[in-house]
Amino acid sequence: IYDRAITVFSPDGHLFQVEYAQEAVKKGSTAVGIRGKDIVVLGVEKKSVAKLQEERTVRKICTLDDHVCMAFAGLTADARIVINRARVECQSHRLTVEDPVTVEYITRHIATLKQRYTQSNGRRPFGISALIVGFDCDGTPRLYQTDPSGTYHAWKANAIGRSAKTVREFLEKNYTDEAIATDNESIKLAIKALLEVVQSGGKNIELAVIRRNQPLKLLESKELETLVTEIEKEDEAEKKKQKKST
Amino acid sequence: MALASVLQSESVDFSNYGRQRRGFASGLTETELGLESVGGDSLSFALRTSCSNGDGPDRKIEFLHGTTTLAFKFQHGVIVAVDSRATAGSYIASQTVKKVIEINPYLLGTMAGGAADCSFWERLLARQCRVYELRNKERISVAAASKLLANMVYQYKGMGLSMGTMVCGWDKTGPGLYYVDSEGNRVCGDLFAVGSGSMYAYGIVDSGLKQKDLTVEEACDLGRRAIYQATYRDAYSGGQVNLYHVHSEGWTRVSQSDVLMLHQQYQAEKA
Repeated sequence: IYDRAITVFSPDGHLFQVEYAQEAVKKGSTAVGIRGKDIVVLGVEKKSVAKLQEERTVRKICTLDDHVCMAFAGLTADARIVINRARVECQSHRLTVEDPVTVEYITRHIATLKQRYTQSNGRRPFGISALIVGFDCDGTPRLYQTDPSGTYHAWKANAIGRSAKTVREFLEKNYTDEAIATDNESIKLAIKALLEVVQSGGKNIELAVIRRNQPLKLLESKELETLVTEIEKEDEAEKKKQKKST
Repeated sequence: MALASVLQSESVDFSNYGRQRRGFASGLTETELGLESVGGDSLSFALRTSCSNGDGPDRKIEFLHGTTTLAFKFQHGVIVAVDSRATAGSYIASQTVKKVIEINPYLLGTMAGGAADCSFWERLLARQCRVYELRNKERISVAAASKLLANMVYQYKGMGLSMGTMVCGWDKTGPGLYYVDSEGNRVCGDLFAVGSGSMYAYGIVDSGLKQKDLTVEEACDLGRRAIYQATYRDAYSGGQVNLYHVHSEGWTRVSQSDVLMLHQQYQAEKA
């Protein structure tokens, strides 16, 4: 029967289904997003795949349109639905308005979709949080985060999923104007943030970037390895400097 | 129904409504409604009441196909010029019709075809534009506004809507001019003239636009002249010339000139 709501208020004003959905998100693998000056970076923790499984079929970073893409944390199956709807909406918008979507518009659309599922008969909320990045027509880089309740906010840098709190604290300390001064620095900041919580380095990280007027680019494992080595070297140098100064 | 989805209210049942009144109902064919061309101009329609036994009076519906409206883009925006005559057959029903609809402070729509159709759908368009503005915190583009209108009326294609309008405005890509009609056409262009007097108007504007870089003054004069010439030769156009100028700050009502006054003015200039 689809005439009864599943998400109902508790006596003290909570929507438990939504909160449980947020718990599900916290169990998903970490994703981090960074808004640079001319680049936006998405990094995700790659879950180790079984021996016989083909690696490329599990993708946590997806394009929604040429200039917008997203990463998610939580239930992969739910994410697939949301991504499909967002992709269709991106094209619908192009058709009716003759302009590509702004990152805010598609985020609002996804958030409204998620909210609808917290207030419908027979449906449960989506168990995903999404990080939506891209460039608007006027060239401004954007990063938005949505959560199962249907709210969305703009961020300079954020993380979702497992150990999101740790990563966010790292970003709060290390997101400075210098840290995002160049594209390369922004990418390294994302890797550094993920390395905080991911086991055994570059092999378990997947990174994607969008540069202004360019489509999404997934970094190859070789590039990643180079950057990770660079970071490790910088860390070593920092530690030596600190030892010398004390 | 499509209209219900646009208005987000309960759908109106049209089918019985059409039987009592001279309305349009989906499902009735042209012969049942008694639509036929009257006279040689095929510009006005006679409609037999369906409840009459064949001896009822023929009613005429006023359509504004007898009209001249024009709009053209130039360096400083868009000029919109229209006449103000409404005819029912060879009877002049009104000389003071407002054929420019102010959709919002930076968008204008012209009226040709069915007056009710034009004004209704353009008012609906105004509502959609305002909602867009509130949701997206920026003005709607002329392309998007004209697309909304075209999509709205396309759902009623074949049901007897009669509307030939030009959506004119200024957005972040500069001046915008689109021709939208009830057949589902939507065309972007630099110059359009719509109505029975359009050919005469085209003649004037085409020759006047030969020299590039018109000033606002010159462009207004050109628009005014074009409508005047059309009213001079076309019996179904006349009254006053209403002139609007769309620029980056929005639209301005430039002038309303009686065609007979213009005639005297131009005659004096010739002498």
